[in-house]
Amino acid sequence: MRPPWWRSRSFKGIGYTTPTALVVVVLFLTPLALVFWMSLNRWPLLGSPTFNAPANYQRIRDNQLFVDSIGFTLKYTVVITVLLLALAMGLALLVQERRRGTGFFRTIYLLPAGVGFAAAALLFYGMYSTEIGPIDGIMRAVGLTPPVSFTGSPNTALFSTIALVLWRFAGFQMLILLTGLQSIPLELYEAARVDGATRWQAFRRVTIPLLRPTLALLLVLSITGSLLAFDQFFILTQGQPDNSTLTMVMVIYREAFFRFDLGSAAALSVVVLVVLVALNVLQLSILRRDRTESEASS
Amino acid sequence: MSSARAARTAGFNVTASALAILFLFPLLWSGWSSVKGQPGTSQASGYGLGNYRYLARYGEGVVTYLVNSTAVTAMTVAGTLLVAALGGYGFARFSFPGKNLLFLATLAILMVPYATILIPLYVLLDRLGLQNSLLGLSLVFIMFQLPFALFMMRNSFEAVPRELEEAALVDGCSTFTALRRVLLRAVRPGLVTVALFAFLASWNDFFAPLILISDASKFTMPVAVYSMQQRSFGAIDYGALEAGVVVMALPCLLAFLLLQRHYVRGFMTGALRG
Repeated sequence: MRPPWWRSRSFKGIGYTTPTALVVVVLFLTPLALVFWMSLNRWPLLGSPTFNAPANYQRIRDNQLFVDSIGFTLKYTVVITVLLLALAMGLALLVQERRRGTGFFRTIYLLPAGVGFAAAALLFYGMYSTEIGPIDGIMRAVGLTPPVSFTGSPNTALFSTIALVLWRFAGFQMLILLTGLQSIPLELYEAARVDGATRWQAFRRVTIPLLRPTLALLLVLSITGSLLAFDQFFILTQGQPDNSTLTMVMVIYREAFFRFDLGSAAALSVVVLVVLVALNVLQLSILRRDRTESEASS
Repeated sequence: MSSARAARTAGFNVTASALAILFLFPLLWSGWSSVKGQPGTSQASGYGLGNYRYLARYGEGVVTYLVNSTAVTAMTVAGTLLVAALGGYGFARFSFPGKNLLFLATLAILMVPYATILIPLYVLLDRLGLQNSLLGLSLVFIMFQLPFALFMMRNSFEAVPRELEEAALVDGCSTFTALRRVLLRAVRPGLVTVALFAFLASWNDFFAPLILISDASKFTMPVAVYSMQQRSFGAIDYGALEAGVVVMALPCLLAFLLLQRHYVRGFMTGALRG
């Protein structure tokens, strides 16, 4: 016999999760359905929508801005993912051992993660300015030639933004890597040393394989985040020069709020959604296959 | 102590300190330049609070933007805690039809790009009379926080021994009383982590208010300071811009440092497992 309070537990469970269900249905599933419907309509910012499928999708091919932004966003994603991971790994290896000062250094490297991303972008906007920015002077002082403008050419604009993103996110990735590094048993390193392995060999043969789940998580986070980049370029470069630093999300924003064409923005959003979901499924399935393979071989 | 080891320690100190300077420099610079004089601006020369005084008067006044940001953040934190605490308890302790489906639907929020969901939300909130509203903005933030918050709270409740709750239930408490009197205390670390994340996200978010708020008197801090940068007539007042950055960043850095233990632990336990 179950006690009386057990009887209506199913109803109680529904009761406790009703707020969750309301938020998910009203603020997530409904807009998700709406974006598909919007993409099938001519949907001006003001005025009433009219059905025009599939015109919004057909026009994507001719939207040169969007087509170009795909290439730029992919390039940015590859560069930032590699650099960010390398820097974060360097930081994590530097401060992973328990010795004097590591706690202090960890906190300092993590500190930029406490600054909002938009605030960080505005901060760097000031740093790169020729009026009050210090970087120009510092580069001259150490004998380098600073560019005329840090956001003036496609390459300097890209790399100025990358410096901002590295500063803002390296400590955060370092923190996640540290949690992974700490779960590797010390005996494995000792065994490697007894076997005569150098530090580099130990890193390649012990650290990297055992860090795989953590690395996978960081790759997924970094790739997804970079493909959806908006704040950093919107604030720092505004897509300039010559629209060379426009990301996909920036084009969607522009379509909706400069060209007042919500239907077309919705169609682009659906395309980005489909690509992203496909990419995530692909990444997860590759990771799963890798995991079963490494389990089979070990 | 061998000389090789001494050299390694020295190498560590030099490398780590050089990197620390690189990471601290932008923060220190923005604080310094926010009080430094610049010819032709509100702080024309020397050092002082001229840039902050200009910021205080900018647009609708910085107080308005701070109040807006505080209101949105408070509503988001309270709403996220309420929904996630109830939901986390429900998912951890009860079974009911549609449970897995609802959990998966909540996690799916993570898969959907920000822009994809904000464009239709712009239309939807308009129909609900919540466009240009701080309440509407908070509801959107609660939705974005929910996957992490619910996951965290479910794990926290699952980690509490069942005996604790059953003792209260046998004493005749309702499940809600047991939750309120006994369980909430047990999951406090999880609640702190969820609250901190909701605070950082809603205080700092730029894209959602940029799209959903068009009335300048309802701007939150990031959009307000961004609008200072965007004034195309006349030169940008960089000192005042950096003052705005300092005002935005200071509460976060303080919360970040004070609650670092929770933040780090939250990552090491709940968030990353599974």
